[in-house]
Amino acid sequence: MSIDPFRPARHSGSKPIHNLDARLKFIIALGFILTTSLAPQGAWAVYILLFSLAFSIALLSDVGIRHIYARAALALPFILAAFPLLFTVTGVPIFSFSIGSLSLTASWQGLERFISISFKSWISVQIAVLLATTTRLPDLLFAMRNLAIPQLIVAIIGLMWRYIFLMVEEANRLLRARLSRSGVTTQNSKKYGGSLTWRAKVAGNMAGNLLIRSLERSDRVYSAMLARGYDGEIRRFKNPPLTLQDWLILIGSIAVLVILLTLGLLLNS
Amino acid sequence: MLLSPTAMHIPDGFLSVVVSVLFWLFSLLAIAFSIKRVKQNLGEKEVPLMGVLAAAIFAGQMLNFTVIGGTSGHLLGAALATILVGPWAAILVMTAVVATQALLFQDGGLIVLGANLFNMAVVGVAVSYAVYRLIYQLFKGREVGIFIAGFIAAWSSIFIASLLVALQLALSGTFSADLAIPAMGGIHALIGIGEGLITIGALAVLFASRPDLLNISPAQAGNNRPILIAGILIALLLAVLSPLASSDPDGLEWVAEEYGFLQTAQEPLYQIIPDYVFPGVENEIVATILAGILGTLIVFGIAWGIAYARRAKATS
Repeated sequence: MSIDPFRPARHSGSKPIHNLDARLKFIIALGFILTTSLAPQGAWAVYILLFSLAFSIALLSDVGIRHIYARAALALPFILAAFPLLFTVTGVPIFSFSIGSLSLTASWQGLERFISISFKSWISVQIAVLLATTTRLPDLLFAMRNLAIPQLIVAIIGLMWRYIFLMVEEANRLLRARLSRSGVTTQNSKKYGGSLTWRAKVAGNMAGNLLIRSLERSDRVYSAMLARGYDGEIRRFKNPPLTLQDWLILIGSIAVLVILLTLGLLLNS
Repeated sequence: MLLSPTAMHIPDGFLSVVVSVLFWLFSLLAIAFSIKRVKQNLGEKEVPLMGVLAAAIFAGQMLNFTVIGGTSGHLLGAALATILVGPWAAILVMTAVVATQALLFQDGGLIVLGANLFNMAVVGVAVSYAVYRLIYQLFKGREVGIFIAGFIAAWSSIFIASLLVALQLALSGTFSADLAIPAMGGIHALIGIGEGLITIGALAVLFASRPDLLNISPAQAGNNRPILIAGILIALLLAVLSPLASSDPDGLEWVAEEYGFLQTAQEPLYQIIPDYVFPGVENEIVATILAGILGTLIVFGIAWGIAYARRAKATS
């Protein structure tokens, strides 16, 4: 896989979602998530349609449904943060119980809001996963550059992407080194692993190590860039124009999203 | 999840669109201002430096340590980035890290990315810088000042950012303020200690091998004044505002209503077509059932289409 962050490229092969222009995918994904966020609470009809759209795109993408839903599930734990809504929103009570002096009452309104937030969040994550799995970061960066995101930020993310795997490998080596010099015992009576402060300090030393290596690497990267003619200027390719088909897909998708949003607002009014 | 250190990354759906847009604006302003400042004295070297440092901070977040049982602490890195490259560049480095986490790893949503950027990249760095500068000065250049200032800067960056997350959730109505603020603040006060200890460990290594990297040159101090003031103001504002909002949760709603932005922004949108009955669909339950059928048909159609296309390809 090529990781040249400055070369716009399309995938060959017959994967329709992969082949879409990254600019389109970026805008449509943002529009989809925005629509989901704007859909009023409890508009179940709209949620179902949004979900089936997301599911259809997942099918079309040919990435593998299981892969997409496994990754989408990783982002779910935050939903627990919304759980207290069940009790804090006042409304028609479902049940109530008390822990010590604390008395909690769950309400239907709270349940509705909790499920709405969880469902909306889950659909949004699916779309974000789809965007990430069907679009290479260099293409995404290229799209972002076309959408008036500052050149400097795009250049930093581009270089970051170039070195992220090296740094993750470096971090894994540090973790492996720590593991191999750490003793563990199964005897419960014996204490191991040192104090919390000491463990934090060891992790900190590893972080410092990683930072120094990265700073020294950036010196070498800079020298290498200079040797290849870098003059402080970040250059970019011309944007390929959107084709008629691209425009049709873009307008069609936005129209569908607007219709869904209107439907949600109608049902809620 | 509340109990996990990643509670900093808000997913999509948890903030109202008004709050998301508002914090997008704040972040864009702050980032645009940082870009301007960085460009003013941008050596050729800074672009690769910021890129590689962003990659290292990203990877550094994998370095964890066991706290108790199954929980572990890990680094977020805003304070370290600030100490190493100064506040303006650190804002850009952290922006790259947070944006990549959202774009590639779904760690935090896309519509709420503005809020996440503001919490972690802008406020995290501004508070770190203000605290580090002020406390470091108290020690009049003595070495121990680097570590104490580093610890407190790292702790405050986490703590203040978490208060902001709680306020954003409360403003969006996702969470009631009397619960969100003590819960988020309390947990992150502990997580912040871990961040502080890791920061000390990292600073110790940097100090032993490359002390030249830790110099805060006085020449830059004037250039950094806006962020110093912003950092102090944000920290004070949140430290004062949060207990107020939490002891009087209606107060926050009152603020929201008083300024009317929640109402004025959302209600017209939801009432574009008031009291209009969708033709043929008078009942929400009927609409939901119809949506279920339609959705199933869409999915079935796509699946059938794919299967058909594959078979056609296989036989041709």
